[in-house]
Amino acid sequence: MGPILSLKNIVKIYPNGVVANKGINIDIEENTIHAIVGENGAGKSTLMKIIFGEETAEDGEIFYQGEQVHFRNSLEAIDRGIGMIHQHLMLAPELTVAENMILGTEPIKFGIFLHSKKILEMTEKACKEFGFEVPLNKRVKDLPVGTRQRIEILKVLIRNAKLIILDEPTAVLTPQETEVLFKSLRDLQKRGKTIIFISHKLKEVKQIADRVTIIRDGKDIVTENAKNLNEHQIAELMVGREINFQRIPLPVNIGAPFLKVQNLTYINEENITKINNISFEVRKGEIVGIAGVEGNGQTELVEILTGLRQATSGHAYVNNEDITHLTPRQIREKMVAHIPEDRMQNGVAEHASIQENIIVDRYYKHPFSKGIILDWKYIENYTADLIKDFNILAQSGKTPVSALSGGNIQKVVVARELSFKPELIIADQPTRGIDVGSEEMVHDLLKDARDKGIAVFLISADLDEVLKISSRILVMYDGEIVAEFKNTEDITQEKLGPYMLGVKNQNKASVEES
Amino acid sequence: MEKFIIKYFNLIRIIIAILIGVVISVVVIYIITKNPSLSFRSFFLGPFLSKGRFGDWIELSSPIILCGLAIAIPFQAEQFNIGAEGALFIGAAVGTAFAVSTHMPAVLHITTVLLVAGLTGAIWGFIPGILKAKWKTDELVISLMMNYVAYFLGLYLINYHFRDKAAGFLVSYKLPQTAWLAQFIPGTRIHLGVIIAFVFAILTYYFLYHTTTGYEIRTTGTNKNFARFGGINVFMVIVLSQVIGGFLAGIGGMTEVMGLSRRFNWQMSPGYGWDGVVVAIIGQNNPLFIILAALFLSYLRIGGQILNLLSDIPSEMVIVIQSLIILLITAEAFLQRFKNRITIREAKMKEVQNESDN
Repeated sequence: MGPILSLKNIVKIYPNGVVANKGINIDIEENTIHAIVGENGAGKSTLMKIIFGEETAEDGEIFYQGEQVHFRNSLEAIDRGIGMIHQHLMLAPELTVAENMILGTEPIKFGIFLHSKKILEMTEKACKEFGFEVPLNKRVKDLPVGTRQRIEILKVLIRNAKLIILDEPTAVLTPQETEVLFKSLRDLQKRGKTIIFISHKLKEVKQIADRVTIIRDGKDIVTENAKNLNEHQIAELMVGREINFQRIPLPVNIGAPFLKVQNLTYINEENITKINNISFEVRKGEIVGIAGVEGNGQTELVEILTGLRQATSGHAYVNNEDITHLTPRQIREKMVAHIPEDRMQNGVAEHASIQENIIVDRYYKHPFSKGIILDWKYIENYTADLIKDFNILAQSGKTPVSALSGGNIQKVVVARELSFKPELIIADQPTRGIDVGSEEMVHDLLKDARDKGIAVFLISADLDEVLKISSRILVMYDGEIVAEFKNTEDITQEKLGPYMLGVKNQNKASVEES
Repeated sequence: MEKFIIKYFNLIRIIIAILIGVVISVVVIYIITKNPSLSFRSFFLGPFLSKGRFGDWIELSSPIILCGLAIAIPFQAEQFNIGAEGALFIGAAVGTAFAVSTHMPAVLHITTVLLVAGLTGAIWGFIPGILKAKWKTDELVISLMMNYVAYFLGLYLINYHFRDKAAGFLVSYKLPQTAWLAQFIPGTRIHLGVIIAFVFAILTYYFLYHTTTGYEIRTTGTNKNFARFGGINVFMVIVLSQVIGGFLAGIGGMTEVMGLSRRFNWQMSPGYGWDGVVVAIIGQNNPLFIILAALFLSYLRIGGQILNLLSDIPSEMVIVIQSLIILLITAEAFLQRFKNRITIREAKMKEVQNESDN
């Protein structure tokens, strides 16, 4: 059987001059699961958008089912049986599951009204046909991410997609949800579908893919049967050098408690208890990792600890000083660094320059300013040094952050937060959405900080990351800390999973092993 | 060449827009007038035809510059306060009231009157600012409403309490000479207020791009969450940016009264606040560009006045022509495709070069 999709010498140049694809050639065989892996900014997402008609290539040819195609927009791609599930799910939260599934192809009666009975029939039929179970009448906003993703897949299937593209589908899922997704994908493969799967997580690629293409710097480096490559080889092909995957050794010198949280409770505007009476401490020279499915109070916890949100009751202390009701600036002045969860929303001002992003927490101090006058000369040199030290790929400190790739933007954030000699680092999803190379760099920096006696508080949805660098692991579920482990070799994802999903709780059942 | 185009794209875009605007106005003028050559001359060269007119042009730019700055500072903080018109009006009214009721030596009088007018304008900026910061009311709506309050309150103040009954019109008492801004170039209306406007433009530029407060304003404008995350007092920035804006507009109104009519004679709101919005947008909120934009806009306005005066073109058509030109300039997407094509070609060539270098 020939390839269902052939990409020949695809070149894509963005209006800002960035060359995202520099002549990519890939054949996707029919009825396979084909993984595309590469670092951030390597050009994977761009390539997928080209296949899906959301972007047009400047050069090259695309053959789909044997004939050359030029999709001008995604509707034409959908018509030909190509479907795409974006990394950021594109559902209307206020509509029901069924309404979301038929959005754009909705059956109409009397010219303007939705044919609700027919909608239900259509969607029920699709669910049955593909073996998906989703609550058709619930509103999307009330459903967990894993379910939302299945709705997206159904949405694509109901439009008769033969080729389904998933852009980093597991980035937002728990390990258990990932399992469910993979089962569905294999099922779809059995029904004759072809799947293109983009990921950073190499273990998953090995687990699910038949074939794998590695993209580096806008070019396809190799396309291989997945079983011929191991995780290590894939990673090294991706970044073009050797990489360390080992858990970092546990710290030798642990100092006094630096961050102390006591009976902290947060009840939000809708009267939902997001953080329920939690207490813990982070000592100097250790990395405490919070593992947990997102939305179990981690975001609120970090925002309270950094002054962005007010706790309902309880206290937090940094170096024995109560910081519960201080402003973000007052907390920063206690030498607390904060790598935020959402870098585009909180971590940077994307339309400002790198140097303006670097000085946001220190512009008012000497030598960045004298009196009220900013010393741009000094700031420029200072930023140039950071760009060099942190390996940020940018022309100069005056480059706007929006011109950088995701990994480099995160380096700007990390450079800022680690360069003012913090004593406590609060790192919230510090490597989300960045590539293996940058990820390794961030991990090394956090380890170095730890070894210098800095207290590090890590919050991550990525269990591999929690396991790799934490000295101690706390599991958060539904606003409570339900388990605590010293990070040893026998702590595995499978062991943490039940606590993360609320099935097990150390506080309630003391019989359980810890 | 192509590098040059990309670098100065905005400037080139504006120049081309002006040229197209000129061509369109030529066509329009040609269609409606019996004497096209006179009309072209009046409209395009009018402000240069006599010393007095040249002075009128420069003079008119000064309130527009100050109002442009008054709009640009809140805009830089992403605060859509369009209350410059109101702040200007009430600032001038209260400043006039203060000026005619006090006696002081010249320099002191000028300074205090300007200060009173500025502070009155600042109050007009403070109200939408504090409401936004505290209760998230929409500053656009509030500042718009405050314009009406300013207009009628100002008229009430002047017409009922400071009206010069000896004058044949609804105007205030004449300001004492100690509160006049001198017209220092004989034969023109150019007065000290023009200098004040240019100085404030340069100061504002320095303030926005070289001081810590300016940085706070711009950072809040580019990403409010980021500013808060970094420790900037966003609440303060929201209020302060609008207060400074109101202050500048108040001064803009007062200098017109002190330098030109020497008494409050507006029964209609003069519209400089709205011109300020236009020049702030054309000048992309950069004070130095605002000077150029204001000079351009006042050139159009004076050219239009002369055209109206000397030719048979009705004033309505003059405004249509002016608006067409402004419209073209503010259309940001204009020529964007052209720029994209050049960028792509640039990038491709660089690639080829890199390849051959390797």
